[in-house]
Amino acid sequence: MSVEILMPALSPTMEEGTLAKWLKSEGDKVAPGDILAEIETDKATMEVEAVDEGTIAKILVSEGSEGVKVNAVIAMLAEDGEDLNAVASAGPSAAPAPTSVEASEAAPVADVNVGHNMPPAADVLSDPDIPEGTDFTTTTVRDALRDAMAEEMRRDETVFVMGEEVAQYQGAYKVTRELLQEFGDRRVVDTPITEHGFAGLGVGAAYADLKPIVEFMTFNFAMQAIDHIINSAAKTLYMSGGQMGCSIVFRGPNGAASRVGAQHSHDYATWYGNVPGLKVIAPYDAADAKGLLKAAIRDPNPVVFLEHELLYGESFEVPDMDDFVLPIGKAKVRREGTDVTLVALSRMVGYALEAADILAQEGISAEVIDLRSVRPLDKETVIESVKKTNRVVACEEGWGTYGIGAEIAAICVDEAFDYLDAPPARVHQKDVPLPYAGNLEALSLPNTNDIVEAAKKVCYSK
Amino acid sequence: MPIKINFPTPSARPGETPDFSRYDFPEPGALPVPPLDITAEDTLEYANSLIRVLDDDGNAVGPWADYLGEEGNDDVLLEGLRDMLKMRAIDARMLNAQRQGKTTFYLQCTGEEAIGCAFQRQLNKGDMNFPTYRQQSLLVAGGYPLKDLFGQYYQNENDPLGGRQLPTLHSAKDYGFFTISGNLGTQYVQAVGWAMAAALTGTDNIAAAWIGDGATAASDYHSAMVTAAVYKPPVILNVVNNQWAISSFNGIAGGTAATFANRGVGYGIPSIRVDGNDFLAVLAATKWATERTRNSHGPVVIEWVTYRVAAHSTSDDASAYRPKDEADAWPLGDPVERLKQYLIQRGKWSEDRHKQGEAEIMDEVIAVQKESEALGTFINPQYLSPSAIFEGVYEEMPEHLKRQRQEMGA
Repeated sequence: MSVEILMPALSPTMEEGTLAKWLKSEGDKVAPGDILAEIETDKATMEVEAVDEGTIAKILVSEGSEGVKVNAVIAMLAEDGEDLNAVASAGPSAAPAPTSVEASEAAPVADVNVGHNMPPAADVLSDPDIPEGTDFTTTTVRDALRDAMAEEMRRDETVFVMGEEVAQYQGAYKVTRELLQEFGDRRVVDTPITEHGFAGLGVGAAYADLKPIVEFMTFNFAMQAIDHIINSAAKTLYMSGGQMGCSIVFRGPNGAASRVGAQHSHDYATWYGNVPGLKVIAPYDAADAKGLLKAAIRDPNPVVFLEHELLYGESFEVPDMDDFVLPIGKAKVRREGTDVTLVALSRMVGYALEAADILAQEGISAEVIDLRSVRPLDKETVIESVKKTNRVVACEEGWGTYGIGAEIAAICVDEAFDYLDAPPARVHQKDVPLPYAGNLEALSLPNTNDIVEAAKKVCYSK
Repeated sequence: MPIKINFPTPSARPGETPDFSRYDFPEPGALPVPPLDITAEDTLEYANSLIRVLDDDGNAVGPWADYLGEEGNDDVLLEGLRDMLKMRAIDARMLNAQRQGKTTFYLQCTGEEAIGCAFQRQLNKGDMNFPTYRQQSLLVAGGYPLKDLFGQYYQNENDPLGGRQLPTLHSAKDYGFFTISGNLGTQYVQAVGWAMAAALTGTDNIAAAWIGDGATAASDYHSAMVTAAVYKPPVILNVVNNQWAISSFNGIAGGTAATFANRGVGYGIPSIRVDGNDFLAVLAATKWATERTRNSHGPVVIEWVTYRVAAHSTSDDASAYRPKDEADAWPLGDPVERLKQYLIQRGKWSEDRHKQGEAEIMDEVIAVQKESEALGTFINPQYLSPSAIFEGVYEEMPEHLKRQRQEMGA
């Protein structure tokens, strides 16, 4: 069978080149590795080597030709025993080799995706039933997180916690209090000051089937580690064809604390929420912090768990149950209402609840949805509520541009357009790095009043 | 007077005479075999010198040859030679296949075959390499099926990664070959974490981290060195010093200020420097390093001194930045030629048998390649099922991906 010699590509981006010189002539015998020709692009010169054995039957592109397309047939090679003239006169096969672009165009083309880009919750998620008569214990968010880690570390000996100051110092925010005493220094590991480095260690340990909980002193510092979180933890299962997964939790405070300036106050919910392969959780109260952190530790995928420094010391009721695990990806309706839906997460849930109280006094009934999970996102709960209230205000602490509010607004417009009586509204931080001075900081951040105002606006109420 | 600073330049650029006079390698056999529990400080001599076994006449000389003993017997070395020839055959075929447009991209490891082929022989089942893209020789020596290799190059139904990853970035958990990272360096510190976990879970497995001279400038390298020095897990920290990072000679990564092994000593990790083109030296040094790490003596740094004979990749033209004949001037020679010479010297091999062996191996590689090409290549791609797009994003497919898959009709 004759062999077509094609114009080679120096790189995937090369489209054409110059055939500078033929080093073989028609009738010459060639062996694999023999140099047949030289080609040139604007970047470099290269030699074309023979891959197969045979005799050059016909040269189709003469030397000096410019603009020769990659993969064009430049010569025909006759294999042993073939008739040279026959090969030469037959020429290249009629159908040109399809390029990959054409080939993929031949594939069935998908319809435009409508509103299915963000992961929704699974269809039948629900919180566990809390049996009647269950006691509730008043617990801080800090201790609820601690209890979740301690319970999971007792339950599964592959779970361990690592980070700066997590052992002897008990955590920069004391979230790992007494874990060192109970579990020892093999499972509560102080690390050097390199978020990039210890996130990489954790990812490596997860590949070896341990379940690390990597604590960042703040997610601002995890900017250094984001390469390991996204390029490795989130993508390796996929890139390895399902061979190597990464069951790991990255946790720590996220968003604005108080008077700590621009580099300690950044909200990353939308950054991580953008990435397939990750799950992203941002709880508000202590029960959710506990139940969702336990779920995150058990999850076989990488989970980014965004806490809030200003909630650590706040107390909430936590059910006194043996194994209180919540589903990841299920929002919670924190207050029912009929006039407007307030969608919030993390600390903004507290503001939304306050806003609902104020709105109630003015005769507006607000429903408050706590997203709890950023990825997957419980679209159904939001849509169901908007179908009832016909108005929505999305509240986040970070910058609004390309934010969670933008996603919520897009989902509502996509999937509940006919139910909306007003354009979706967004409440978020001013589009500036967070300033330090007290009054400037307060002016920059979203607050209860912003939510009240936005709700009134969508209700066309003054 | 203005203060001077330094912008390193290589010893020769195109058209100039290759010059490796900055290297002053010792005679083979000069260095003793250190005790397994040697301290970092006591390895300083090893970090600045070079462990070599094969001399210019093809003899194995010195204490490292004795230390290797039966583990370097003729059968082992003949197998090693075949592995290197197979690697070279794959490189040659894939370069040509890329030039014909059958794949988008390939990276050759020509000149560096001894490092991976000898190193892999000293690993156990369950050990894990965290390689770069130029360590495909670990897979070849580890018996990874050629069918899988070519399947990934051509992205057809034989691709074990289902068309989801670049042709040269392999993943083979069962062969102790961790997913190659495209953003350089990340695997280095992950290997340290993996080794910590291997120790914590009570196994006697070790990790092997790999990085090139250029990527030692990445922060992952430094955090790996610090954490390895701190926790002392069973990890071999390999630096393949092949002189070139695309067009940047290793001086751009600090390689002329100190040897790469010397850096390890500064971190407090025992460090050795080895002739990477000497199959027996690689085998012996790896034996020492694996024994050391497996016996809880902690991490070890190995700088493999070698030369990148091929261009960086198929997208690169090396003649634009270094003398065309620089590889011929490389003072440590060619790993295949040197092992061949040793085996001929021993009466176990001959020029004729070598030619015959090369041809047989080439035929074997070509046969698998042709079978794979029949299924599809970049020119004539096999249509892979669109459902593959959605697999492996999460351990279980979430609802929204099931929906997107359904919309695609897959």
